[in-house]
Amino acid sequence: MSVFTQSRSYIVRIIFAIAFLVIIGRLFTLQVMSSKYQRLAQENAIFKKIVYPPRGIIYDRKGKALVTNTQMTDLMVIPSEARGIDTTYICQLLEIDTTEFKERMLSAIVKNGRSRASVFEALLSPEKHARLEENSWRLGNGFYLQDRPVRNFPFSVGGHFVGYIGEVDSGIIARSEGFYQSGDYVGRSGMEASYEKVLMGKRGIQYWIKDNRNKLVGRFENGELDEQPAAGRALNTYVDAELQQLAEKLLQNKVGAIVALEPQTGGILAMVSGPDYNPNELSGSEKQKNYSRLVLDVSGPLLNRAIKGQYPAGSTYKPLGALIGLDEGVITPQSGIGCSGAYYGCARPVRCTEKWAGHAANLRLAIANSCNSFFSMAYRVTVDNPRMGGVKKGYAKWKEYMNHFGYGAPLGVDLPSEDKGNIPDTSVYNKVYRGSWNSCTNVTLGIGQDMMLVTPLQMANATCIVANKGYYYTPHFVKDIENETKDDTLLNRYRRKHEVLTHISNEDYETVHAGMQDVVDAGTARVAQIPGISICAKTGTAENYRVIDGVRTKLKDNSMFVAFAPRENPKIAVAVVVENAGFGATWAAPMASLLIEKYLTDSLRPERVKEVERIGSASLMPSWLAREQYKADSSRAYYYFHLTKDSTYIKKFFRRAAATKKDTVKTTRPVTPKPVTPKPEAPPAAPEQRIGYLHREELWNEEWLVKKRRTLA
Amino acid sequence: MARKESSFSRSIDWSLVWIYLLLVGIGIMAIFGVTYKDGDPMVATFFGFKTDYSKQLYYFFIAAVLGIFILLTDSKFFPATANLFYAVGIVMLLLVFPFHSRVKGTESIIRFGGFQFQPADFCKVFVCLALAKYLSLPDLDFSKTRSQLIAAAITLFPAAMCLLQSETGLALVYFSFFLVMYREGLPSTILVIGFLVGVIVVCALLMETKVLLIVLSALAIVISFIVFQRNRRRILSIVPVIFLWLLSMGFVGVGVPYFFKHMLKLYQVERIFSTVGREVPPEYIQAHRKEFGQAAAGKPKDTDYNVKQSKIAIGSGGVIGKGLLKGTQTRYDFVPEQRTDFIFCTIGEGFGFVGTTAVLLIYLLLLFRIIAMAERQRSVFSRCYAYGVAAVFFFHIVINICMTIGLAPVIGIPLPFISYGGTSLLTFSILLFVLIRLDADRQMVLR
Repeated sequence: MSVFTQSRSYIVRIIFAIAFLVIIGRLFTLQVMSSKYQRLAQENAIFKKIVYPPRGIIYDRKGKALVTNTQMTDLMVIPSEARGIDTTYICQLLEIDTTEFKERMLSAIVKNGRSRASVFEALLSPEKHARLEENSWRLGNGFYLQDRPVRNFPFSVGGHFVGYIGEVDSGIIARSEGFYQSGDYVGRSGMEASYEKVLMGKRGIQYWIKDNRNKLVGRFENGELDEQPAAGRALNTYVDAELQQLAEKLLQNKVGAIVALEPQTGGILAMVSGPDYNPNELSGSEKQKNYSRLVLDVSGPLLNRAIKGQYPAGSTYKPLGALIGLDEGVITPQSGIGCSGAYYGCARPVRCTEKWAGHAANLRLAIANSCNSFFSMAYRVTVDNPRMGGVKKGYAKWKEYMNHFGYGAPLGVDLPSEDKGNIPDTSVYNKVYRGSWNSCTNVTLGIGQDMMLVTPLQMANATCIVANKGYYYTPHFVKDIENETKDDTLLNRYRRKHEVLTHISNEDYETVHAGMQDVVDAGTARVAQIPGISICAKTGTAENYRVIDGVRTKLKDNSMFVAFAPRENPKIAVAVVVENAGFGATWAAPMASLLIEKYLTDSLRPERVKEVERIGSASLMPSWLAREQYKADSSRAYYYFHLTKDSTYIKKFFRRAAATKKDTVKTTRPVTPKPVTPKPEAPPAAPEQRIGYLHREELWNEEWLVKKRRTLA
Repeated sequence: MARKESSFSRSIDWSLVWIYLLLVGIGIMAIFGVTYKDGDPMVATFFGFKTDYSKQLYYFFIAAVLGIFILLTDSKFFPATANLFYAVGIVMLLLVFPFHSRVKGTESIIRFGGFQFQPADFCKVFVCLALAKYLSLPDLDFSKTRSQLIAAAITLFPAAMCLLQSETGLALVYFSFFLVMYREGLPSTILVIGFLVGVIVVCALLMETKVLLIVLSALAIVISFIVFQRNRRRILSIVPVIFLWLLSMGFVGVGVPYFFKHMLKLYQVERIFSTVGREVPPEYIQAHRKEFGQAAAGKPKDTDYNVKQSKIAIGSGGVIGKGLLKGTQTRYDFVPEQRTDFIFCTIGEGFGFVGTTAVLLIYLLLLFRIIAMAERQRSVFSRCYAYGVAAVFFFHIVINICMTIGLAPVIGIPLPFISYGGTSLLTFSILLFVLIRLDADRQMVLR
């Protein structure tokens, strides 16, 4: 019988062969055709550990480090190994309670898993570090200390322009298209942000093998595939650390800004914004605490007023007005005006501080004595120039000059978020005055008021153009990058000469220089004199309005000063703005003079050191700040109360208000412990009321007020 | 004496012995690849009986000694004692019920002292012998239904025992003996019907029941029309078609759901559905909830984790593999059970497509060699036994490898000679050595 079925042995073999062919076919698709599984295996088993290189150091012009790196310490934990530990003891060392301990443990497990190390406490304070170091044997398994580089400012200066670094947020990660990963630190402001690519260096990657419980078991391929980290490259800047230090000292307890430039190169020698902060506060263990304190301060210590403060140019505009007039041929050096205390050419008189006859007999005298009448006239003849055919065309020409002087547009300094100031277009005036306006409508532009707004950096840059007789380099900090290559295109635009106004004749420049020298030698700013140095300067005293508690209040004038020295071969150009400080000659001029002396002679005369002390110790903080702070604090408390219906926010505020009342007698914080329900405020009507220095982070408060107003209406 | 010995050694099929040694060698190497820890002294651990690869080596020594004993046994011993061994095997299977100990969810293991014993695994040898014995009875007419049923009973009784001991995989192995019966004259219609049933079951898994019913009905109408035309329009001719249609309708509509709801455990249902890449239909989960309570059918687990990781391991091997001890997937415990049931992953990851194909070709060579040997036997007993061995090996190899590459549901059966495990290595060795012994006397007619 089996003989008949012998052929079936072949069928059996065919079945075997088919089954094996199917398997081999499947293996072929799995192993040869598809690369998906290789990637999946890598994701499964290989852990990319990122090795952070030290960030680049920033040096000043003399090679002193403005910002370096220093080691801080993190307390790390591996949750799976932290068993049988003395929890209460660790809590005692770290000054936390057991619930906090449990919470941190849990978040560590959620973030990185049980078997991988997580930060338990970042950037330990020196005391805690010492305590932990001493008792490290008692920490038990699973806890260890890890070094971490952080930024350090040896001079404690330059916080505003150097900026700070912070952990990346989701927006940055999304924009970088995966280059940054959560936990990375990037420059969030200032040069740290602008030069991030240079400063960060190249991150290294170590490939580790992990097992099925995410535990790292060893190096992959003995580390042969690892990418070595490359340290961040250093930046050499134009900044003079000592000058910067002096400038910061002078601007202590004042609201304002100082910018010092090197006219030949556009290099920034010093940039200060007041009130400022100690940059080391934003890099150490207290960073979060300090940051929230600074952010909630209404005086805006985090705001860089040198590039974001927008001020009326005031009389510092006058040398520019003179140059425009001369170049247009509408005035001559011999032009004069008989001024007796006001300009009556228009319906509303423009008041002038000088009354005596002959103080504006010619251009030079008019600059030296800062005659408002003369420059009102000069502005009017410029825009009403019959050659132009109409005020609108004349104004457009004038605006073109202003743009050449760098006003009305961001200069492009190597810091993020620079403001552009304001030189309104003809269309703006057409809109505001419904098309009917003439040179009298905005005659105060001639004395740097009306809608004109400039930043201190623009003021300093315009002074450079005057000093250079027509050309400038875009203001910038960085002279060169360590090991600079052709790929570093960042600095190219700062090495281009802008010959914007070189067509103005040398005589015109000389006339204006002479007038500006007279300002110091015999005019409004005699306090700024330095023996042996010919300083050209211009004071400014700009009117200042602000809406306080719904009332448009005229505040004390802004004290302003621009200067360059020496006249023949300008080495430094300075712009100083001190808010609500009075005349330009009172505060701003002496400050600029001190800076020029310090920079040009590399020292200060003994009697001038006393002057530094006097100015540095003077507090010119506007008195309305206390009231604004109180309003901001209490409305925030009110806001959170409404969000959460939790009265502790308000109670907390009560306690703080009571405490500050006891401690500081001088600050005129209103003592009524009742939280003020914010009153609807009138929206700003005129351009003078623009609040130039409201910090971004503070705006939420304003936004909330707007919303609140809507709900009330 | 010397002449006799040399003729004996000449009659042994050495090619099979070499293939056997090669496979065991590959197995020990693969187990070494999984469990060797960097820095261990290699020689010491190989002979220390501490590590798995050293244990497997010792199991191999035991198997080799046993093999020599088998080769020295008289070949008449096996047909003579086949029925006795079968009886012993059945008794052992029955003894499991009162004496089994719980190990990893199975109820098929007896333990005395430190020694574990799984009769369900061992019984394959006895069933193979007993089936060969029955089929080689001189007065057997295998074309009779009665003898076919008896042969089926011999194989399926232990299978039923295995099912009762929650060893579905081992139970399925016994179905492979139908291949032997097929060779001995089982009508091919039975095989075809079995195949069709398989197709319908797979279709029932892949398609919605309603859709499948409609498709079947449409098919029945078309076929009956053709049959009606062919048979000169005699209405009675379509009766068998209608009968078949009703049968398959019942099978799909009632039989398959009943099987999934009441015969299988939930984890098995999940594994089967994950193989075809579908979610378990909620009504099956509901049925299991009702039957076994909330706890038994709690949260759906990541049932295809094993298969996913195993596919990643094999797939990441590429063409030539990562090399022994270099596979990240198998070295760092991503694939569970990778020493035993998923050992093929280690080969796939370490040696790539080249390695896996080589192993498969060695297996194919083994199977073809066994079939060739079977066909050269004068004795029916030896031929039937050889087919039995080939069928068991074939089933183990195909199902095990298909399970690692996601072509078959995960049922825990080992890969012959390569998987780690003393019992399985001994069982397969005995199967093979008995075959070699019988083949050595291929000129004899054994009864």
